[in-house]
Amino acid sequence: MSTAPLRLVTGDDYGVKIDHASSVPLMNSEAQLKSTLAALAGVDAVGLEGRCAKLATRSIKKTTKLAAIDLAISMVDLTTLEGADTRGRVRSLCAKAMRPDPRDLTVPSVAAVCVYPDLVAEARSALGTSKVSVASVATAFPSGRASLKVKLLDVAEAVDAGADEIDMVIDRGAFLSGRLGEVFEEIAAVKEACRGAHLKVILETGELVTYDNVRRASWLAMLAGADFVKTSTGKVGVNATTPTALVMLEGVRDFAELTGKLVGVKVAGGIRTTKDALRYLVLVNETVGSSWLSPDRFRFGASSLLNDLLMQRLKRQRGAYVRADEFSGD
Amino acid sequence: MTEMDEPELTNSRLGSLEYDPAPESTAIAHFRPSYGIFIDGRFTDPSSHEQFVSLNPANEEVLATVAQSSREDVDRAVASARHAYDTVWSRTSGPERAKYLFRIARLIQERARELAVVETLDNGKPIRESRDVDVPLSAAHFFYYAGWADKLGYAGFGPDPRPIGVAGQIIPWNFPLLMAAWKLAPALAAGNTCVLKPAETTSLSALLLAEILQQADLPPGVVNIITGDGASGAALVDHPGVDKIAFTGSTEVGRLIQQRVAPSQKRLTLELGGKGANIVFDDAPIDEMIEGIIDGIFFNQGHVCCAGSRLLVQESIADEVLRRLVRRMEQLRVGDPMDKNTDVGAINSAAQLARIRELSSFGESEGATRYTSSCMLPDKGYWFAPTVFANVSQSHRIAREEIFGPVLSVLTFRTPEEAVVKANNTNYGLACGVWSEKGSRTLWVAQRLRAGVIWANTYNKFDPSSPFGGVRESGFGREGGRHGLEAYLDV
Amino acid sequence: MSEPRLDVRKTYKLLINGAFPRSESGRSYKVFTQSGEFLANVAQGSRKDLRDAVLAARGVQAKWWASSAYNRGQVIYRLAEMAESRRDELAVHVGAAEGLRAPEAFASVARAIDRIVWYAGWTDKITQVYGGANPVAGPFFNFSLPTPSGVVAVLASQESSLEGFVDAVLAPIAAGNTVVALASELRPTPAVLLGEMSATSDFPAGVLNIITGVTSELAPTLASHEEIDGIDLAGVGVDQASELNVIAAGSIKRVFRPRQNDTDPTRRLRAFIETSTVWHTIGQ
Repeated sequence: MSTAPLRLVTGDDYGVKIDHASSVPLMNSEAQLKSTLAALAGVDAVGLEGRCAKLATRSIKKTTKLAAIDLAISMVDLTTLEGADTRGRVRSLCAKAMRPDPRDLTVPSVAAVCVYPDLVAEARSALGTSKVSVASVATAFPSGRASLKVKLLDVAEAVDAGADEIDMVIDRGAFLSGRLGEVFEEIAAVKEACRGAHLKVILETGELVTYDNVRRASWLAMLAGADFVKTSTGKVGVNATTPTALVMLEGVRDFAELTGKLVGVKVAGGIRTTKDALRYLVLVNETVGSSWLSPDRFRFGASSLLNDLLMQRLKRQRGAYVRADEFSGD
Repeated sequence: MTEMDEPELTNSRLGSLEYDPAPESTAIAHFRPSYGIFIDGRFTDPSSHEQFVSLNPANEEVLATVAQSSREDVDRAVASARHAYDTVWSRTSGPERAKYLFRIARLIQERARELAVVETLDNGKPIRESRDVDVPLSAAHFFYYAGWADKLGYAGFGPDPRPIGVAGQIIPWNFPLLMAAWKLAPALAAGNTCVLKPAETTSLSALLLAEILQQADLPPGVVNIITGDGASGAALVDHPGVDKIAFTGSTEVGRLIQQRVAPSQKRLTLELGGKGANIVFDDAPIDEMIEGIIDGIFFNQGHVCCAGSRLLVQESIADEVLRRLVRRMEQLRVGDPMDKNTDVGAINSAAQLARIRELSSFGESEGATRYTSSCMLPDKGYWFAPTVFANVSQSHRIAREEIFGPVLSVLTFRTPEEAVVKANNTNYGLACGVWSEKGSRTLWVAQRLRAGVIWANTYNKFDPSSPFGGVRESGFGREGGRHGLEAYLDV
Repeated sequence: MSEPRLDVRKTYKLLINGAFPRSESGRSYKVFTQSGEFLANVAQGSRKDLRDAVLAARGVQAKWWASSAYNRGQVIYRLAEMAESRRDELAVHVGAAEGLRAPEAFASVARAIDRIVWYAGWTDKITQVYGGANPVAGPFFNFSLPTPSGVVAVLASQESSLEGFVDAVLAPIAAGNTVVALASELRPTPAVLLGEMSATSDFPAGVLNIITGVTSELAPTLASHEEIDGIDLAGVGVDQASELNVIAAGSIKRVFRPRQNDTDPTRRLRAFIETSTVWHTIGQ
């Protein structure tokens, strides 16, 4: 008696659909770039933050939690970005990156070690043939206040010294004053200077302030060739937050559906606990899904997070809370 | 993996990180095997000893048996309320009434977990919602009206407004505790005494509230709670000792109640059904809008009188919205209401499930396209998978009748004018939503919508300070806010 | 026989930014009961203490106003709960300070606590009672919202050590202001106790700051301080009030002077509220 088409939604119908035949549109002028970005839907801050608050109530337990902890460990860019960094400090960080818990070889290694350009060579030699990547911040990190020439030199040196990944900062001043073409060209130039190294573009969302800006800057970076969009340098007052991460995840999702290119997301700054990390993984899980649940597409830029993940892991094994001194302070 | 190895089209599965079950413990909920009725501050046996069972709709297990109140029981309850009104409550000063209400608010906060568990077991709604919405809002409602009890002279109804007397209050099963709070708090703040009748399938949180009223030392008789079905409700409506009836439920029953009280001097407020339109313009904040549509129809399994059950989408973005909407619907976690990660719980009763099934079947036979979530449904209990109908016409029954379940009808429009006409093309008028980044248009539309509540870039938001209620056949009178006091004042 | 136990005596300190410092000046002064017995050494606040208190009040004001009205109501109600549980102690001090017999002192404390409850209920009513939509001619949505003045200085009643104090500080706080209060000079201990209770009532640090000391010394500093938006002159006589009023005019402060036998309890509530009106176009 039913005359209507009935369809039961199936798993194939609803994920993030990626058509690899499509491609990233070329931006031929600043005007075109601006109109492309202006056409993006706005972000309602109340709704966005409400969605994050709701997802923050997800309860991750038992085997899911163990799996999520290991996944999070494998996504860590173990970072040291201090003026006081030394070669010794970088070497011990690398040791920790390759074997986060020397007593338990089932703990995965982290994704990368993230250092300043002048310490890339040290990290490269310490990591040897391990699959842990060397990431280097560049382009006059963290302020980005230098000429393009200096920035490109900064990148080239890091790549020459063996960096697999470059974390660049965008020119927030140019972005905020509407010189979007300049920001675009700078990213494109850095991408070229990377010569195959993966490019993570730091938006410094704490300085962009509005979610609309975060969305537009994410698209700008992706259109210009970013392999990852990254929230923050960790050097300003506001670091990664779940709402900004959600806006960026929505961006990479929609970009993938439009262009067939999967861009990663890196959240950085202020992520210290397993609970924080799990919240981000829930966002990834429910916004972009399986293709991003991998170190290839999602990263945590952090230093103290790793020890908390290890502590939580050991706590699950021992059934009791463990003391912080169980793990090295690196 | 290089791009060459990948198939032409890949699909990143959402929710592929499985969440292990995270059930809230039920140990905190202590049910008695059977409950009497709460009259004069005590639980007493009903006159007829007739009982009915209260089920957990998620697994059909019996939680407790509850008394069927007879006409005599209603008599006793009303007499108790009258006595308390005459001898105690009408002589209790505003500041003292305020302090009772603050106490009740605090006790609800203290026993929040217990109330949430009881509510979810008895109603079938997800524990996340009873924990994060129903219970905190109930406490907030008492807290808000506590503040009014000693400030009635500032509410805009004259310098010293008086209460009405004995209020008979009949509440529905969709938000059992919250509706009890919506009814009791303003009534008590204004100085009335109450006889409250919860819905027959969801009496248990009201009976737990009765214990809280005891703990608060509320004087006996100020609130009486009688359980039972429609017959008990009718006896309360008809009772000559009742000065005011407040009813929340279906338009059908509301109409009957209005007819029954017509010959009397009783005051009446009605909060009835709805067929809310959620209007989406092409400049809407799309991600938050999708969440809002989902929340508008699937919150509380769609058992919401103000649910956004009609989606009106601007034609230029209709396909894109439908695609994103169906994707998001598929992600909803349907199942054990006690699991902290559940988004959509059980349908409250077999009768309601039958009604949802019947009305949904019209959607297909009338030619709409049906999308139903592929979620696994439990074997026992009452369940209905989230469903969206596309290509719905104004004349379809699923566009006109209140389904009161997780079923959304999608229609389209071309201009703001047309959106308004379509949204208003209903006998109901409870709530609407408008989604646009353009404030002036939102206000233009809002001004023309015949609805008691209009949400812009959000949906299903409630606050004790905000009046709620309908126009036309969605009822009259307001609950919440300063306006909510009027329903319980002799003004 | 055990020897008689020696009392642990209490130090009465200032309340600035959620902490209880002595005066930075190191000064204190003696406070006596109404019958002339020594009661306590109380911190004698200085102008620098006032400056710190104003800094704290200014720093937290936006946050206090940004928290929900419901939340502010709960915080104030929590103060009533704290006061109720220390009712006896308050009554001893109110009795000693004001020379009341126990039943009168208890009655005064009870009224003060009920008054706190009254203010707790106002936080989310002020907008509804004093704000509203305006039917302007033209396609505009127009509404007026009450907003707090900002930082309010309170020269609390010299006579009514608790009831008067409660009224003067909670009226502006309920409306979303933050307060720097100068307690009754000769009867300061009930106010100090209430300050201690506020520190355990989830008040954000700096919302209520209490300075004890010499009114005539400190009042002009408050009246002239440009970071202060309003001042309640309950605690000074007519002549001094007029002088302070002139000083306050220098920074266009909102000035509240209580009327004699005032029967309208909302006058004080309205004293430190501004009205902010928003126009928005309406069109397709």
